Amino acid sequence: MKTFLVLGAGTAGTMVANKMNRMLDPDEWRIIIVDRDETHYYQPGFLFIPFQIYSTPEVVKPKRDLLPRSIEVVITDIERIEPERSRVVLTRENRVIEYDTLVIATGAGIHPEETEGMLDGGWRHNIFDFYTLEGAETLGQYLKGWPGGRLVVNIAEMPIKCPVAPLEFLFLADWYFHRKGMREKVELVYATPLPGAFTQPTCSQVLGEMLDRKGIHLETDFNIGSVDSGRGVIASWDDREIAYDLLVTVPVNRGAAVIGRSGLGDELDFAYTDKHTLRARDWENIWVIGDAANVPASKAGSVAHFMLDVLVENILRQENGLPPLPKFDGHANCFIESGFEKGILIDFNYDVEPLPGRYPLPGLGPFTLLEESSVNHWGKKAFRWVYWNLLVKGADLPISSHMSMAGKRTIEPIRSKS
Amino acid sequence: MTTQNLELDLLETVELDDEGYLIEAHDWKPRLAEAIAGVLGIDLTDKHWTVIRYARDVHAQTGEAPTLRQIVQNTDVTMKEMYQLFPGGPAKYAAMIAGLKKPTGCI
Repeated sequence: MKTFLVLGAGTAGTMVANKMNRMLDPDEWRIIIVDRDETHYYQPGFLFIPFQIYSTPEVVKPKRDLLPRSIEVVITDIERIEPERSRVVLTRENRVIEYDTLVIATGAGIHPEETEGMLDGGWRHNIFDFYTLEGAETLGQYLKGWPGGRLVVNIAEMPIKCPVAPLEFLFLADWYFHRKGMREKVELVYATPLPGAFTQPTCSQVLGEMLDRKGIHLETDFNIGSVDSGRGVIASWDDREIAYDLLVTVPVNRGAAVIGRSGLGDELDFAYTDKHTLRARDWENIWVIGDAANVPASKAGSVAHFMLDVLVENILRQENGLPPLPKFDGHANCFIESGFEKGILIDFNYDVEPLPGRYPLPGLGPFTLLEESSVNHWGKKAFRWVYWNLLVKGADLPISSHMSMAGKRTIEPIRSKS
Repeated sequence: MTTQNLELDLLETVELDDEGYLIEAHDWKPRLAEAIAGVLGIDLTDKHWTVIRYARDVHAQTGEAPTLRQIVQNTDVTMKEMYQLFPGGPAKYAAMIAGLKKPTGCI
């Protein structure tokens, strides 16, 4: 009996396990999936919790409910991966699992302790994150009674999970305070290490103009060095200071520590991965999917979904003695909530930046690209159902893994990032 | 002819992109680093050279300029020092002086 082992049962790992369960012969293979947490989180929903648009029960389900009985689910931390022996040592009862094929889907998490002063005094008092359920819930409680003042949203360092989420947070905050009749009592500031609202030029310009229209101040090239929670100030490495009454931080994101201590990852514990085949850089029987990979694509559920088909095909090819194909193009597709029940859709890959136009999608679309519309907002809201019922089950969605130029308007020569 | 003129002449022998990054990494030589740094108003010290050598090593292995975090984690130069050595944008100016392309921002 051969072993197909998946580390991490978040969005990416759950999709892989479900899809491989349909692909592999159960007489030949057993599938095991390992995660430290019993609960599966619909992470795109965290953004809406501080504004009381979603509540906790809408974003959680038991992991086991999303996986068939034939898959063994093991809840434990992971001590280490030993690629040279093709085995993984688990924390719980020191269990050792020898694998034939390993998929790393251990994701990314926040590390507020990496920024000096972040956890001193202010944490979860007037400093919050919204990348954990607890952070989003406590921020929601705080916002209910907040009298107003200066709200600063800060990204500590790139890369982060869902790079558009901080912008969405600001757009929703603008809407939320308008609805509460207190927008004039709130100053919104976006302090980012990027040189603009976003990285890609066209998108950065469009989103920058939106920030401007909504009266949100943009502070660029701001690399946070420390937080002084006593004075209520964040300081950059080049000695700029921004005062806050309420700090919403996107702390440093890192991959799982087990990736680093097993010698499989970079400075941030993201696993070394071939960006086109999705095979681990140094090991033929290890594959990487989702946020855990150190590929230069967005860390987002849509990217994990687009990786899935390439990953599964390449694993099956390798089983049949064929080389993996370099088919992953870095495709990402993100709905950006812009408040007032509108949204923007962006669609891009390693080489093509987000462009304006229309995004054709049978049944639901067309969505408007790089332009606000209501249909985009409802697309995002409908996505929660799609996520729970189709996406994590590894079902096929009517969206190609490869980015298509259909409907996109090129307004200047396509820029290559390489 | 002054030293500065010599450096500016040297810059004219290589191809730079619109933002001042060297197009071909193999056109780089230490004197060119001094010329680029001169234009940026930076006098190169031993610490600068530690960063420049590290950046070129990383580029030789991966084809990419290192991130700020990589530089700080793998050399004895601290984050604070990086901002003093390369004011206004340590990762991008280190790459520029090391003759590498502009670091690609992750999204």
